[in-house]
Amino acid sequence: MAMKRYSVFAIAKEAMSYHQGWERAWRAPAPKRKYDVVIVGAGGHGLATAYYLGKNYGITNVAIIEKGWLGGGNTGRNTTIIRSNYLQDPSAAIYEKARSLYETMSQDLNYNVMFSPRGLLMLGQTEHEVRGYKRTVYANNLQGVETRWIEPAEVKKLVPIINIDGPRYPVLGALYQARGGTARHDAVAWGYARACSAMGMDVIQQCEVTGVRSEGGKVVGIDTTKGAIDCDKLGLVVAGHSSVLAEMAGFRLPIESLALQALVSEPIKPCMDVVVMANTVHGYMSQSDKGEMVIGGGTDGFNNYTQRGSFHHIEETVRALIETFPMISRLKMLRQWGGIVDMTGDRSPLISKTPIDGIFVNCGWGTGGFKAIPGSGWAMAELMARGASPLAEEFSMYRFREGKFIDESVAAGVAH
Amino acid sequence: MLTLECPCCGVKAEETELQAGGEAHLKRYGPGSSDEEFDGYMFSRKNPRGVHFERWRHAYGCGKWFLAARCTATLEVFGTYPAQSKEPPAELQAKIKAKRPGWEGWK
Repeated sequence: MAMKRYSVFAIAKEAMSYHQGWERAWRAPAPKRKYDVVIVGAGGHGLATAYYLGKNYGITNVAIIEKGWLGGGNTGRNTTIIRSNYLQDPSAAIYEKARSLYETMSQDLNYNVMFSPRGLLMLGQTEHEVRGYKRTVYANNLQGVETRWIEPAEVKKLVPIINIDGPRYPVLGALYQARGGTARHDAVAWGYARACSAMGMDVIQQCEVTGVRSEGGKVVGIDTTKGAIDCDKLGLVVAGHSSVLAEMAGFRLPIESLALQALVSEPIKPCMDVVVMANTVHGYMSQSDKGEMVIGGGTDGFNNYTQRGSFHHIEETVRALIETFPMISRLKMLRQWGGIVDMTGDRSPLISKTPIDGIFVNCGWGTGGFKAIPGSGWAMAELMARGASPLAEEFSMYRFREGKFIDESVAAGVAH
Repeated sequence: MLTLECPCCGVKAEETELQAGGEAHLKRYGPGSSDEEFDGYMFSRKNPRGVHFERWRHAYGCGKWFLAARCTATLEVFGTYPAQSKEPPAELQAKIKAKRPGWEGWK
């Protein structure tokens, strides 16, 4: 299972032989009859869970089952923003863990995920928002997350294309996380898949789960379109479809699935080297390495599994962003797409045991899961291997019953 | 664009006129109920991929609440009915059953 390492020498060597020596990044095996652990969902969170099960706990008899193609769900549909400026302590802990793991991910996985800590601004455009973000800055400083509040003049210096004067929503300042940024979303999934495959795990694509089998309150396996697979432990990491899988297993989750949309413009010359989020007007924007302006908006209000959203949300997002960034008014938009996000009542995720022994869920990341991928996988792997994880402790699905919400409606108020 | 006919005022309203209100026909639990019942009522949701019964408000119209049956996998609307209904009307259920033979019922 040894895999050839990617390096500058490998590129030079392949250049001498017409690039015909590159091998597949991951194997495409048929499923075995039984695994120690089966993870449903080969997106970022599922693959990261499998990766840390192998790397941190030596559990490598693992299959990762995917109904479509690897990273084809929300992992390939988000706006690639990475930040950890959340309000509550449990959130700051897991998102900051994730952000710090992103810093060394390319080296750890030997796969260039193009992590770009270019800095991130969350604009304060009303007095209430200013107060909310200042509170977040104070909380972050206590949590050891490096953020600060900056005044409009500094915002303008960091983002020359911004219009800070309004008229409707003037920029009154911003929460600035200099270590936030973006990464190449597909590469995160591909890098984890390659590393999992190298550890001997089976990444099985085009394999839809049709049933979850349990006996006496304990999981025994799953049925799939490629046959039955037995397992000792089962991780459900399927984002928008979590309720569907939970229904198969026989329990309900505090989740509703909504459509969230994003769009990109035609590529233009470099004009903005930070990520800007404007939550009051429901829009956020960054410039990709290709030069496209990557724009995200808000969610629809109704339950939806179709991976397409309502046009009026795009219209609202673009209308609001044009006011803040007048120069984008003449840009043509190239592509628009939607993903199904799994929303919880307190806008915080679930990394949890379930009523069925041996089944674990990792879901509810709502509109902001990409940034959390490594931290989420780290915590989920610990929970599955040891039965408890300090990072995941507060994110139990039973917190709603106990009234122990992790209210992140300010930090996650808009999507990203 | 999603269009629902408001059963209160009869207007065919498109979604910018409407406000989604989540799952319909929830059984309410209040003081004296168990933690599990209250948790189920307040937070646990069916969230099906397929036929979904839900509450809507004609927010920028007559302002009244009503209920709708809709498919979350195709966005097809089966019909709307008054908010006072204890369960979906029989003819609506028959219509859904005809269109979705595998449908397991509204509960």
